[in-house]
Amino acid sequence: MTTNTTPQFVPDARPVPPIRLLSPDGVLADGAEPAMDDATVIESLRYMVYGRAFDVKSFSLQRQGKLGTFAPLVGQEASIMGPAFATDPARDWLVPQYREAPALIRHGHSALRVALYRMGHPEGGRIDANVKVMQFNISLAAQVPHAVGLGWGMRLQGQDGVAVGYFGDGASSEGDFHEAANLAGVMKAPVILFLQNNQWAISTPREIQSNATDLAARAPGYGMPGVSVDGNDLLAVHKVTAEAVERARAGEGPTLIEAHTFRMWAHTTADDPTRYVDPEVKERWAKRDPIERVRKYLAAKGLWDDERTEAMQAEVEAEVEDVFVQAARYPDAAPDEVYAHTFAEDSPAIARQREWHLGG
Amino acid sequence: MAVMTMIDAIRQAMLDEMERDDRVILMGQDIGHLGGVFRATDGLQQRFTSKRVIDTPLAESVIMGSAYGLALTGLVPVVEIQFLGFTQNCFHQICQQVGRSRFRTRGDHPAQITIRSPFGGNVRTPEFHSDSMEAVFAQSTGLKIVMPSTAYDAKGLLLEAIRDPDPVMFFEPLRGYRLQIDDVPEGDYTVPFGKLRVMSEGDDVTLVTWSASVPVVEAAVKQLAERGISAHAVDLRTLVPLDEAGLVEAVERTGRCVVVHEGPATAGFGAEVIALLQEQAFYSLEAPLRRVTAPDTPYPMPGIEQHYIPATSLVMRAVQEVLTDR
Repeated sequence: MTTNTTPQFVPDARPVPPIRLLSPDGVLADGAEPAMDDATVIESLRYMVYGRAFDVKSFSLQRQGKLGTFAPLVGQEASIMGPAFATDPARDWLVPQYREAPALIRHGHSALRVALYRMGHPEGGRIDANVKVMQFNISLAAQVPHAVGLGWGMRLQGQDGVAVGYFGDGASSEGDFHEAANLAGVMKAPVILFLQNNQWAISTPREIQSNATDLAARAPGYGMPGVSVDGNDLLAVHKVTAEAVERARAGEGPTLIEAHTFRMWAHTTADDPTRYVDPEVKERWAKRDPIERVRKYLAAKGLWDDERTEAMQAEVEAEVEDVFVQAARYPDAAPDEVYAHTFAEDSPAIARQREWHLGG
Repeated sequence: MAVMTMIDAIRQAMLDEMERDDRVILMGQDIGHLGGVFRATDGLQQRFTSKRVIDTPLAESVIMGSAYGLALTGLVPVVEIQFLGFTQNCFHQICQQVGRSRFRTRGDHPAQITIRSPFGGNVRTPEFHSDSMEAVFAQSTGLKIVMPSTAYDAKGLLLEAIRDPDPVMFFEPLRGYRLQIDDVPEGDYTVPFGKLRVMSEGDDVTLVTWSASVPVVEAAVKQLAERGISAHAVDLRTLVPLDEAGLVEAVERTGRCVVVHEGPATAGFGAEVIALLQEQAFYSLEAPLRRVTAPDTPYPMPGIEQHYIPATSLVMRAVQEVLTDR
């Protein structure tokens, strides 16, 4: 008890410095110890490059009218792949928002399905048995409660899996994020609430989303640790997520991670960011490119050069090309697919509607 | 057989199913230690531990959303939303997320979840506790809508619901919890979805209703019998799936029909019933189809709810009108 009436809890005056292992020039900070070996760094780099190539190809197809509206990941590759490499596809779940395609692919999801999804084919919604990912969620933050349920459910059944739920700074204003974080804390759910703060929710900047100094600073309010990390630093994102995964597996409950990154492209192919993004700010972030940073890190170790960059780029582009060729050749969905899978068994109404609509 | 109230039958169904299937868990507000505000889960946490009968924070959206995640790990959640009006706080999780999961994953992520929730008036609850929202959820896709009216049906339909591979909304009539008393078999039985129950056989007029309005219609049937009018009354039991054939047959039998429900009229489920009958039973009709429903107004303060809920006297008036219409 105290008679002092000064508020005991006050916001921090300024953001805490995010955790960073690699400088934008790819130099490892003094005393920094990455949790990723060199081979895994190269593998992660490949997925980052793959994710960007997938978007470049998707964008081109979208402009040709061959693919629908999609949300690109460019600029956020380290934020997306760091957590993927901190999890085990055999036992952990990944729960995406909508920019995390290469993370799902690394977790075992089919790239063809992602391409079909972007092309609006219903088969793009499928998820193979034993692939522990959820489908993309266009409804912001709705997936965060699902991630908590997944982690909690595994724990209730004595399994040691964890769930990673991705969402953004915009989604962190939704009630679902707050309810989910609260429940995760109460149930000590093995879940990582992974907030990619890319500074923008379509045109709404981060400062309009919240007056909190750091979004990760909310974590103690839910009874969990919070982490602020440089989201364009693969090694830092991976390490803080791996440590959170370790805590979750050990029964120590959830972690909220805020990864500071930047959406370098439009929100979706339907958006025009030149109306609201300051080009100077964008230019500053371009110098912190997550892919370039990893290449420089590897080059300093003598493990990378321009030749390898070009070889990897060519290889990845050929792979992406092949996926979209397969997707273009994929048989069109039959009209009957409109009626399938609402229920395990059609209701009388659906059966009647199908018969009448398709019977004529 | 045991004589039991509807609330006891509901509890018995959950208890039996939890004994039979250890994937089944219960979750909701105040359902554990307290046993639920209506005691639907009384004693179940003591029996099955707090790992299977789970008190949650007061947050409907994450109750529903986490239930979906729990279901994807292989558990079978039975969620209690304390009052149906409060499902508005988790509407998107039910309709947009859970209800569409099977469809958008082409069957790969079905959501086997039962959502139990009491509804209906005449028990003088505070505001927002009595709303009848079945039509709202029937218009949403991918959800089964189950609405028992008797203790017998409550147990059999709830067992069917928990075992159903799709999300089921199970709406329990508050007023019936302790007033509806039946012989309920002690063993395992299910009542199939999509099969209406004939409450009484008759030839002069057909009354169609469900759940909370069943006692209102039962009273009307009695009063009509006293006046020499024989009413054919049916309880739909499940709105999705709907027993379309049974409904058409029941109305063809008399050529006259009054639909009675407690939710508002406009775009209420009665409108769907009448549209279906217009399409499929038109040539057997002798008079215009009628509805007796709540008005298109919010559920009122309890002091005047008796003027909001369809009363037997209004059902009698509507029957009189369809009998004299030519």
